[in-house]
Amino acid sequence: MTGALLQVEGLSKTYVGRMSLVGRLLGRRPTAVRAVSDVSLDIERGEILGLIGESGCGKSTLGRAILRLHEPSAGRVTFDGTDVTALSPAAMTAMRRRMQIIFQDPYASLNPRRTVADIVGLPLQLHGLASGRAAQRETVAEMLEKVGLKAGQIDRYPHQFSGGQRQRIGIARALISRPDFVVCDEPVSALDVSIQAQIIQLLQDLKREFALTYLFISHDISVIGYLADRVAVMYLGEIVEQGPVEAVLSRPRHPYTQSLLSAVPKVEATARTDRVRLTGDLPSPLNPPSGCKFHTRCPLAIDICRRSAPHRETVGQGHDAACHRLHEGLSITDGGSAA
Amino acid sequence: MSFASDARAPADSLFRRNLRAFAANRLAFGSAIVVLIFVVMAVFAPWIAPHDPAATDLFRRLQPPAWMEGGDWAFPLGCDALGRDILSRIIYGARISIFIGVAVILVATVVGILAGLAAGYLRGWVDIVISRIVDILLGFPYLIFAIGLMAMMGPGLANIILVMAYKEWVIPCRVVRGETLAVRELEYVEAARAVGASDRHIMLREILPNILSPVLVVATIRMADVIILEAALSFLGLGVQPPTASWGAMVADGRAFILESWWVSTFPGVAILLLVLAINVASQGLRDAFDPRFSE
Repeated sequence: MTGALLQVEGLSKTYVGRMSLVGRLLGRRPTAVRAVSDVSLDIERGEILGLIGESGCGKSTLGRAILRLHEPSAGRVTFDGTDVTALSPAAMTAMRRRMQIIFQDPYASLNPRRTVADIVGLPLQLHGLASGRAAQRETVAEMLEKVGLKAGQIDRYPHQFSGGQRQRIGIARALISRPDFVVCDEPVSALDVSIQAQIIQLLQDLKREFALTYLFISHDISVIGYLADRVAVMYLGEIVEQGPVEAVLSRPRHPYTQSLLSAVPKVEATARTDRVRLTGDLPSPLNPPSGCKFHTRCPLAIDICRRSAPHRETVGQGHDAACHRLHEGLSITDGGSAA
Repeated sequence: MSFASDARAPADSLFRRNLRAFAANRLAFGSAIVVLIFVVMAVFAPWIAPHDPAATDLFRRLQPPAWMEGGDWAFPLGCDALGRDILSRIIYGARISIFIGVAVILVATVVGILAGLAAGYLRGWVDIVISRIVDILLGFPYLIFAIGLMAMMGPGLANIILVMAYKEWVIPCRVVRGETLAVRELEYVEAARAVGASDRHIMLREILPNILSPVLVVATIRMADVIILEAALSFLGLGVQPPTASWGAMVADGRAFILESWWVSTFPGVAILLLVLAINVASQGLRDAFDPRFSE
């Protein structure tokens, strides 16, 4: 894929636990958590890639590793032809103008001691995008109006805003430096349902206005289905299925995707209650399962799944999945007996 | 935090709310007023003191307080062994105590904030080095440490401040480091990094304003201890040199006559007690109002 704005190749993020002196003397190995393991994906210019998965599966870590907010342990991120992972700290700082993030928690992500003018104006100040204080305030005021706030609110502190308004401040901060690529890290999941729709609409409008590309992280399939062009499904640090949103959501191939989709509540008279419930919790990434990481909870798991990890295989136009039993045409809703 | 929805809420309403909570605590507020009286006394000493604190009058040697036999209302608290007015010397002595207390805490807090921020935010070897230095300094008994250094450097105002600040900074440093460790994990710090902010900007502009309350509280609590230590050093003759009036030295001067002329040592001792007690009570009130986490 040559038109990709962002290419992620074999990205991994491992957190290594601190070793005690005794442990080191005894030659113990430090505990390591592989939050993201060997993830590859492309994001085309102007598209929205939805990233879904359970909480704790490494979605947010992947987003932060792409932006080097958490330094990747291995792999490469190429943004608009530049290898971001190889940039010097100074060059990375400059690159941050073009790669931004919108955070999940509109309360924790705004410094309570700084005014909106300071918070939203910071990127301008850091990247020298405004000549003088007055020009900076003016740009901030314009941006506030673009995200649906009033220019007169510029000197307020975050606690004087509601959750939805605070998220708008976070969006203004991310977009004021005119980035090309924005990681939206569950930007609506902390908000009231009524506010969620407004923020999603705003993100869509701004995407059009500023020609943005989003990596949209969410655990809400309906949001992804509404917003995304393509979707990647993550389980325990790995992408298990990826493809165009219609294909993945209407004909999911990986049993994990199928179980996620069957968990979506439907409001249809004819809705069948063939919901498949996964048993057990997400396995601990400290001690991941052997073979296919999903086998401990997969109703279709057979012997080979416990022994070897499946590779991603193409199953349709731009659609791939990683499962040993892909070509048997099984679905967990009818294949439960096959396990 | 989030429920303050009044559109016209004052800019830093949290600070004002804390200040109101402090004022509502009558004991602490009263103590703060006592401290304020001492401060006014110190600042305006030349206008308040009835006599020159260094003027000797051997005819008034060990003159008792005014209400005792042989006393004189011109010298309300009596005179010392050189016939100097004790009240005037206490008023001038407040200058030394408060000046040294403020200077030491100021130096120690600035150094402690910078070291604590660096240790808590940068982590790694910076943290290891700073934390080990802090541990080592904490291992020394304060007074022995100060006596040893003063003996090496010689007495004098600047040396006293330096010696005390040399060890005092570890306390704000530990507080700042701990608070920084907590705040650095908050999302707004990550947000600042995401837009490209430097470590310096994050430490001074994003983290520092959010950890100032506990630092302020600790500074006032430590102020009392520094004043006592200065008095102890002066008592031992290692502090401010005569004829400058210092409460600790005044207590020491009166030791020889404590049985027959108790007032020479007692009144400066009472001054130390009053100021230190008032600072302690006021700082506890400050802590309750500004940093409720730590109150019992």
